[in-house]
Amino acid sequence: MPRFLTLIRIDEKNAPAEGPSPELMERMGKLLEEITKAGVMLDTAGLTPTSDGSRVTWEGGQLSVTDGPFTESKEVIGGYSISQCKDKAEAIEWAKRFLSLHEDYWTITAEVRQITED
Amino acid sequence: MTSQPTPASQPTPSRPDRTAGAIETVFRMESPRIIAGVTRVVRDVGIAEELAQDALVAALEQWPRDGVPDNPGAWLMTTARHRAVDLVRRRENYARKLAEIGRTLPEAAAPPEEPADPDDIDDDLLRLVFTACHPVLSTEARTALTLRLLGGLTTAEIARAFLVPEPTVAQRIVRAKRTLATKNVAFEMPYGPDREARLGSVLDVIYLIFNEGYAATAGDDWLRPSLCEDALRLARVLTALMPKEPEVHGLTALLELQASRTAARTGPSGEPVLLRDQNRSRWNRMLIARGFAALGRAEATSGGAPGPYLLQAAIAACHAHAYSYEETDWSRIATLYGLLAARSPSPVVELNRAVAVSMAKGPAEALALVDALAGDPALRDYHLLPSVRGDLLARLGRAPEARAEFERAASLTRNERERELLLRRAAEQP
Repeated sequence: MPRFLTLIRIDEKNAPAEGPSPELMERMGKLLEEITKAGVMLDTAGLTPTSDGSRVTWEGGQLSVTDGPFTESKEVIGGYSISQCKDKAEAIEWAKRFLSLHEDYWTITAEVRQITED
Repeated sequence: MTSQPTPASQPTPSRPDRTAGAIETVFRMESPRIIAGVTRVVRDVGIAEELAQDALVAALEQWPRDGVPDNPGAWLMTTARHRAVDLVRRRENYARKLAEIGRTLPEAAAPPEEPADPDDIDDDLLRLVFTACHPVLSTEARTALTLRLLGGLTTAEIARAFLVPEPTVAQRIVRAKRTLATKNVAFEMPYGPDREARLGSVLDVIYLIFNEGYAATAGDDWLRPSLCEDALRLARVLTALMPKEPEVHGLTALLELQASRTAARTGPSGEPVLLRDQNRSRWNRMLIARGFAALGRAEATSGGAPGPYLLQAAIAACHAHAYSYEETDWSRIATLYGLLAARSPSPVVELNRAVAVSMAKGPAEALALVDALAGDPALRDYHLLPSVRGDLLARLGRAPEARAEFERAASLTRNERERELLLRRAAEQP
């Protein structure tokens, strides 16, 4: 059973300033309970805005550190989950369920990536 | 997706929105809950499974035509339950007609109220777990039925996992369902004095499935990770359904910790790598962290009376805490095996205690413990007894005896990979 890293990408500039509505939080809580009871969820969390973040880059033998916010990126990672599913189709189904909890004014992408197993 | 796709990544076209494959994925994800919910209505897991399949067929017909419902899982559940209620009503009508001519059928349960409450579904799922692991069934039937109904594996997948022909597994499952029906096994959670034994039976079934994947008893593979993962998922599900049960947390902790070593347990050509030789940087830290967390919950709920799975998880945690084999807290492990032997004595536990004692106090003291087991009929054909004895003799410099023990162990194991390893150890003796 492969493991998947699902990256939740949001457009920080156009995301609702007040964050998720209380109703959305409640729906997310219910789904999290469901996915945990399915024995699927290994780890999940939301991330603070990129204004709190930094990027450390190695290029041409030089290190550089750039503090956020990362305004040049249209979409940044706002959260992630690590799940263990029978296959990618199952991971995508859970991602669909997570996304469709959101109100229509959200633009949000879930990038489902399989974790390599050695 | 409403984000602007770059030319390199177009959205995958899907017309109709969900292909048959996606519908089957939803069904596979939901099927344990559907079967559980329907069994409560019809009181027969075989019939429940058929009704669940009927709901899948209905979805495959209707969704591509009418669009996908907002909550596909609930749609499948409601459809299957409606069919179940219809079936029960037909049975009741039939029973009434029979009664009119002076014959009787067993009372059918009253159809439940719609719609299903999520907590009710959890309870139904637990009832299904206890039914699939019921003591009226053989161990083989319990594992097959559990993987089929709760793990969502196909008969072919189960057959592959246990290296038996598919018709054999199919037969096992059919017979198991028939046994549950003919013995009138109630679809309920056990309460009262036999509850602990019944829960123990459930945990044993899951552990058995895990072990068959972790150290395959036969065949060419040392490891069949998919079985370990199926067992681990079942354990995680059970943990979420029974959060107050220390032994459930204990089993989950044990499996998380053992699974954390998977990548390090085989070498480049699939040969087994023993614990002492494993590259511990390849142990999965996330699974270790999950194992520790589950062990903490087990200890918090155990009220200071650790059960066998909690104790085994505590032993696994000692290994996980150590950065090398030598740094392992062997005396704590020996103590924990002592507690385990007192709680549920078995020659295999005693053998493991001997290994820990050999590390904590030296091979001579351990050899005395192993020799005391030599006459135990339960271990007569157990390859690990001569394997451990060979190891102790080798450490004591008694090479010819060690060689004989390794050769004997090699002749007893049914796993090809393990046989190779044991013969190599025999050949290494000076």
